[in-house]
Amino acid sequence: MNETKDVVVIGGGPGGYAAAFLAASYGFRTTLVDMRSTPGGVCLHCGCIPSKALLHAAKLLTDAREAMEIGIDFGQPRVEIDKIRLWKERVVSQLTTGLSQQCLRRGVTFIQGQATFLGSNQIAILKPDGQQSELLFDHCILATGSRPTPLPGIPLQSPRVMDSTAALAFEQIPERLLVVGGGVIGLELGSVYATFGSRVTIVEMSPTLLPGADRDLVRVVAKRLEKLTESIRLESKVTALVERADGLLATLENSAGQAEELHFDRVLVAIGRLPNSENLGLEKTRVRLERGLVQVDRAMRTADPAILAIGDVVGGPMLAHKAAHEARIAVEVLAGKKAQFDPRAIPVVAFTDPEVAWAGLTETEAKKQGIPVKAVRFPWGASGRAHTLGQVDGSTKLIVDPETERVLGIGMTGPGAGEMISEGVLALEMGATVRDLAETIHPHPTLSETVMEAAEVFFGHSVHYFTPRQNR
Amino acid sequence: MRRPFKLPELGDNIEGVEIIAVLVAAGEKVAAGRSLLEVVTDKAVFEIPADEEMIVTEILVRSGDRVGVGESLFIVSPTAADTPPATESAIAVVTTESAPPLPSESAATVPVVEPPTAATGLPKGVLVPAAPSVRREARALGVPIEQVPGTGPQGRISIDDVRQFVKQRNLASPERPGNTQPASPEGPAIPSQVALPDFTRWGKVSREKMGPLRRATAHHLAATWSTLPQVTQFDQADITPLELVRKRLTAHVEKAGGGKLSLTAILLKIVAGALKAFPTFNASLDLRTDELILKQYVHIGVAVDTPEGLIVPVVRDVDHKNITQLAIDLATLTQKARTRKLMPEEMSGGCFTLSNLGTVGGVGFTPIVRHPEVAILGVARSGIEARFAEGAFQPRLMLPLSLSYDHRVVDGADGARFLRWICEVLEEPMRIALEG
Ligand SMILES: Cc1cc2nc3c(=O)[nH]c(=O)nc-3n(C[C@H](O)[C@H](O)[C@H](O)COP(=O)(O)OP(=O)(O)OC[C@H]3O[C@@H](n4cnc5c(N)ncnc54)[C@H](O)[C@@H]3O)c2cc1C
Repeated sequence: MNETKDVVVIGGGPGGYAAAFLAASYGFRTTLVDMRSTPGGVCLHCGCIPSKALLHAAKLLTDAREAMEIGIDFGQPRVEIDKIRLWKERVVSQLTTGLSQQCLRRGVTFIQGQATFLGSNQIAILKPDGQQSELLFDHCILATGSRPTPLPGIPLQSPRVMDSTAALAFEQIPERLLVVGGGVIGLELGSVYATFGSRVTIVEMSPTLLPGADRDLVRVVAKRLEKLTESIRLESKVTALVERADGLLATLENSAGQAEELHFDRVLVAIGRLPNSENLGLEKTRVRLERGLVQVDRAMRTADPAILAIGDVVGGPMLAHKAAHEARIAVEVLAGKKAQFDPRAIPVVAFTDPEVAWAGLTETEAKKQGIPVKAVRFPWGASGRAHTLGQVDGSTKLIVDPETERVLGIGMTGPGAGEMISEGVLALEMGATVRDLAETIHPHPTLSETVMEAAEVFFGHSVHYFTPRQNR
Repeated sequence: MRRPFKLPELGDNIEGVEIIAVLVAAGEKVAAGRSLLEVVTDKAVFEIPADEEMIVTEILVRSGDRVGVGESLFIVSPTAADTPPATESAIAVVTTESAPPLPSESAATVPVVEPPTAATGLPKGVLVPAAPSVRREARALGVPIEQVPGTGPQGRISIDDVRQFVKQRNLASPERPGNTQPASPEGPAIPSQVALPDFTRWGKVSREKMGPLRRATAHHLAATWSTLPQVTQFDQADITPLELVRKRLTAHVEKAGGGKLSLTAILLKIVAGALKAFPTFNASLDLRTDELILKQYVHIGVAVDTPEGLIVPVVRDVDHKNITQLAIDLATLTQKARTRKLMPEEMSGGCFTLSNLGTVGGVGFTPIVRHPEVAILGVARSGIEARFAEGAFQPRLMLPLSLSYDHRVVDGADGARFLRWICEVLEEPMRIALEG
């Protein structure tokens, strides 16, 4: 009797490897296929992890420089780019080989190769040595992720034009760098290069950096980036890019239609990501696509009964933690549980200096949807801990339903915001009220107190932040 | 992959069943739809079918066990047909240039999954306050979390709220006996009985446990009888012309697959008309709010005599069906009731009951209203009587009818008008078409 079902996971990113590990622990016979030699996907090989490693290096440099202000002078730091790159690669390989070992230990068969569907229950795998093998399965979890979007209308192929992967290779520090795209990836990588000495220009089409975040939070990081970079051009775009012997000539055009030609050594294009749904043979299955995104229901099922899909390839916020959460749901669904993708919030973090993090409803989105909210802020200038860290520009805000006093959203900017946002996400998931946050004792002195104090501002009784409305 | 086979949801107010018999053996391969268990609830005896083709590897229950919805009954595994060809590992290493033929799979035979909807991102608007663990529990119990009233601060929903909601929903379901009293798991208690004498003083006796169906009926009737003031009225209809038509057209209906054109089928249609003409008869009383709940639908229960006892399947949307269709529905439901194939949802949601004892006999009887319905029509055996018409006694076929109703909702005069309306339509069958 054949009692165990075969599950094949295509794509070894944070969605795919999580799905494979969980499937194995639920007793499925599990195979994980990825084109790379180790699991990890974009996140580990050329996304979250290497970018955070470089940001850490950049932060050390900034801190060392700023230490002067409090009386510590390290002298002129000597930066060895090659060593930083090697350290970054070691971080990545430690984590990815760790995943390979996990596969062995958990009984997940890892196959390196490119998968294409031959039907709803069969894939072909083209291995790096040119051999092709085939695999039958009962269920497939599709987690092929996404890739960078190229600049539309500018077909220039040049090593001087980098996508995020090339930028993370960290080959050299160009003198003049143009960053196209003021979203999370553009700002993170742009500030790494700026800190290591590039003169950076950032171009963003929309009227604000980090579209999606509330402007008051963005303002804090924008102010710092303005000092760090050569210029930030909002409501502008690149209309032409020409390669010259000594670099690139870029034409930037603002919303008023004024064009300007500027010289750069390199250009980093970070304008979004496209789902990897082509060349997969999906037409031989019943999976449905819309604008390249695999269509799934809340149980992560595609229109093909044998195939589920998770991660960047199904769209939504393209974030590693979203992919990993969907992985858990997909596997539970296969195991016959009534699981569903049903979060109250998916946190977003920009690991810029300082960090910006938000979750749930933003003030901007509330206005757009016409949801009445009260936004309360606690500026970090009133936090003792922020002063001891020499970081007083931060801010913590809560978006509250004035009627029920429920916390509908949370946002913060400042060092450690990416760590602290989770308290807010838990509050959102638990349906906490602003009173719950105000009456939870937070340790002193910490930045996490700002969450409690923001909640106290809602009631007009904050200890450390006086608003004229307070005495009523 | 082995999986537990659990007792499925059986209807709004069914929490569990008692197992009468296990109909499969361990190791047996069964087809989809094949009956696995015979079970009984307080409403009916029926069978639990296999939801797909499978092999029963282990049996976890015995006859006499009481099991709740969601409890495991068997361990089952899929049949070999739906697992891939048995290779030891998942990987069949073939090095071919050309791809082998696709596994046979035609679009027509593969069941279509529900159309996918965008699952990513977050839904718009404000979401109800409930923790992930609570939402998971609600999903497991099949409860839409948005409908659960939260008792926590600012309406936060707890696990207890979800469970309470499920209980309330079961109680509020109109099929539950004794809606007006706090219900115990066994239903409302039989009013405390006067102590019984020792019968053995007068001769030999034996004791026999009541079956679940009998027990439920006893409890239900005791509760209804003690809480519901009812009145019964009698009338007679001359069905001589109707009977001629019925006999003439019965072959027609039989051809349509409906069995005989029975008087019950015709009466269903007429009662549906009467319920439209007298909406208070298609209502339920809510004493907590002092409101009359008027139903916008017409589902009528029909009492069926079975070896296990009285069972009342419900014919849906009687007002939207013609008599042929009603005859077909009736034949199917009766057949199911007698072969224990009736599912609980096919016995719930009735607005009014029809009890036709005409085939058994009797001059007349007083049926008991089935709470929370407000009325029930009893039909006894028709007979030839001498009637004085056009200057002479004539033999006419007379049908005795009785109507019991909840006197809190219906006044005597209205009761009489309702019953008269039915008699007049029976006497002038053309009116079925005019008013039905
Ligand atoms: C520079 C950068 C920084 C980022 N930083 C963050 C961050 O800080 N936090 C965060 O949450 N997210 C971050 N992201 C996003 C994050 O990396 C993605 O959301 C995440 O990796 C998506 O996971 P996934 O499992 O869907 O797919 P991916 O990680 O994209 O993995 C898909 C894998 O599938 C493989 N594959 C594709 N097609 C096939 C095929 N036909 N056969 C075999 N294998 C195939 C690919 O090679 C790849 O390894 C960042 C992304 C970038 C580019």
